Amino acid sequence: MTATIDVTRPSRRRVGLIALPVRRLLGVLLSLVLTFLGLTIVTFVIGRVIPIDPVLAIVGEHASASTYDAVRLEIGLDLPIPVQYWRYLTKVLSGDFGNSVITSQPVLVDLLNVFPATIELSFLALVIGVALGIPCGVVGAAQRGRWPDHVIRMASLFGYSMPVFWLGLVGLLVFYAKLGWVEGPGRIDVGYDDIVPTVTGMITVDSVLSGDWEVFWNALSHLALPATILGYISLAYVARMTRSFMLGQLQQEYVLAARAKGLSETRVIWIHALGNIWVQLITVVALTFGNLLQGAVLTETVFAWPGLGLYMKNSLFNADLNAVLGGTTLIGAVYICLNFLSDLLYPLVDPRARSRS
Amino acid sequence: MSDNTISVPGVAPGWRAWLLSPTPGSRSQARLGRWFRSWLAFRRNPLAMTGLTIVLALVLMAVAAPLLSSEHEATFQSLPDRLQYFSLAHPFGTDELGRDILARVLFGARVTLLIVAMVTVIVVPIGLGIGLPSGYFGGWLDAVLMRITDIFLAFPQLVLALAFAAALGPGIENAVIAIALTSWPPYARLARAETITRRRSEFVLAAELQGASWVRILWVQILPLCLPSVIIRLTLDMAGIILIAAGLGFLGLGAQPPMPEWGAMVSSGRSVLLDQWWVATIPGLAIFIVSLGFNLLGDGLRDVADPRSS
Repeated sequence: MTATIDVTRPSRRRVGLIALPVRRLLGVLLSLVLTFLGLTIVTFVIGRVIPIDPVLAIVGEHASASTYDAVRLEIGLDLPIPVQYWRYLTKVLSGDFGNSVITSQPVLVDLLNVFPATIELSFLALVIGVALGIPCGVVGAAQRGRWPDHVIRMASLFGYSMPVFWLGLVGLLVFYAKLGWVEGPGRIDVGYDDIVPTVTGMITVDSVLSGDWEVFWNALSHLALPATILGYISLAYVARMTRSFMLGQLQQEYVLAARAKGLSETRVIWIHALGNIWVQLITVVALTFGNLLQGAVLTETVFAWPGLGLYMKNSLFNADLNAVLGGTTLIGAVYICLNFLSDLLYPLVDPRARSRS
Repeated sequence: MSDNTISVPGVAPGWRAWLLSPTPGSRSQARLGRWFRSWLAFRRNPLAMTGLTIVLALVLMAVAAPLLSSEHEATFQSLPDRLQYFSLAHPFGTDELGRDILARVLFGARVTLLIVAMVTVIVVPIGLGIGLPSGYFGGWLDAVLMRITDIFLAFPQLVLALAFAAALGPGIENAVIAIALTSWPPYARLARAETITRRRSEFVLAAELQGASWVRILWVQILPLCLPSVIIRLTLDMAGIILIAAGLGFLGLGAQPPMPEWGAMVSSGRSVLLDQWWVATIPGLAIFIVSLGFNLLGDGLRDVADPRSS
């Protein structure tokens, strides 16, 4: 992957080029492991230490003394805290989050059932946010101080000042109830339920796979409003960051050199300057996706979208701590992985980051 | 201070000249002058002034809520008057229990300010307490503290706040603890960075030579210099904190009824959204405007402190 660079650099650098990515990889992996351990410590503390009586939380108030003692032994409350944590960690690593009180299925099974719906929604929102946000940010930076810049800045300022659940409600009110442009809450009309076979769990993808376009359009119509609203909120952040990265690039001397060479302004901005901020944008996109996943709790509640967020919210209100912590661990793990993936991608995309530390 | 320029009536320019004097006669004159210059720069930015106005209006609403309305009106249920449209008696209509929405929005300003203040009181000391020693001592202490900070920084904030709130039980205090526990890391990083740039300054070395303890150096020499950037960061974060608090309220994990919290009010208006849109919309608008205000104010403050970043 870096063969071309190896050729052009003196041999002294080649050693560094091989050693550095490996060292870097190890460093990133170590942080990843530490952060994940940190996450499990926090969820462990939330699940086992904060509740005054974890046993009572499991068996309920009307359990007999023998059930109480059995559960107490079963979850290992008589053991020292570090041992309890170790047991918890090994369970989590093997994907065992315990059973959900509501569905009485293993939490992992529940999570895998609901996760595709969340991915479907967040991914479309991310596509909308990135596809519109990056051009908006570039235009804002290129037209700095003129009206397109002001319009884009205000639009993104509004985006990250708005409570997403409120925007969702207003969107439902206007586009579903008043204008009738989109379908209402839920993933699909009841009549279309369970028509297409489940392959990926994402209805839009599954309906395309089975060639059922009627189901596809219905699902897309349900998806349109929540995805647009989440997309707008992501757009706000992506546009703001793109604009500030671009402003940094446009002050560089190579931009001056490119302009002096007589390159068109379009080429200078969209090829030269934008080409140099992709690396930073990767981080922004990863963070945006992470935020979309955690924002799902609020949006899914508003749109009755049967994904991870709604599952966690329902678990919260049924005091199903296993399910809540399982969801927290899942979202946390994805979030952490996204963070570190963007760290890892840096040197692959940007040769400058390779020579740095 | 009894400077002679003050006693002459109606000479604001005298004040101005005294504040902008290039040769201040005392330290306090120099300090006031510096603030005044920042204020002049700030005042030129219309967006920042809008933000300041919104935030001041929020404070004013919170302070004057009992004068403009009454606690009784904000919580008094009157079922015959439920879900009324805008009228003179109820400028923003009434909610599903017949409570005056305007009164609830006004008293909701108090709840919002309370949350913001409590989060600040917890987050800033934790952030400074970790960041200052970390930057000052460096070495293994720095490595350990920053590793912990990084771990917390990599967590999804809303979801963790949710899990905390779920374990601690719903309520405004627990929502605040949950938000605070997940928002301190940026402050620790900020304080550490500021401390590192100042650790080798001559005034710090002078204090060390005079035998000042590290506590005194951090507290007297370094802390005051960190505060401006902490305050700016805090203002910018306020919008996010308000949105998370409102989100927890919306999910039913924040302030509990009958406390007029804006997020919870939006939630209660959901069931009547299609027929009585104002019940959910008005409190949501309040959240939006206040969070916009803090964002504008924070942007403006940052521009004044660091003109390059605009």
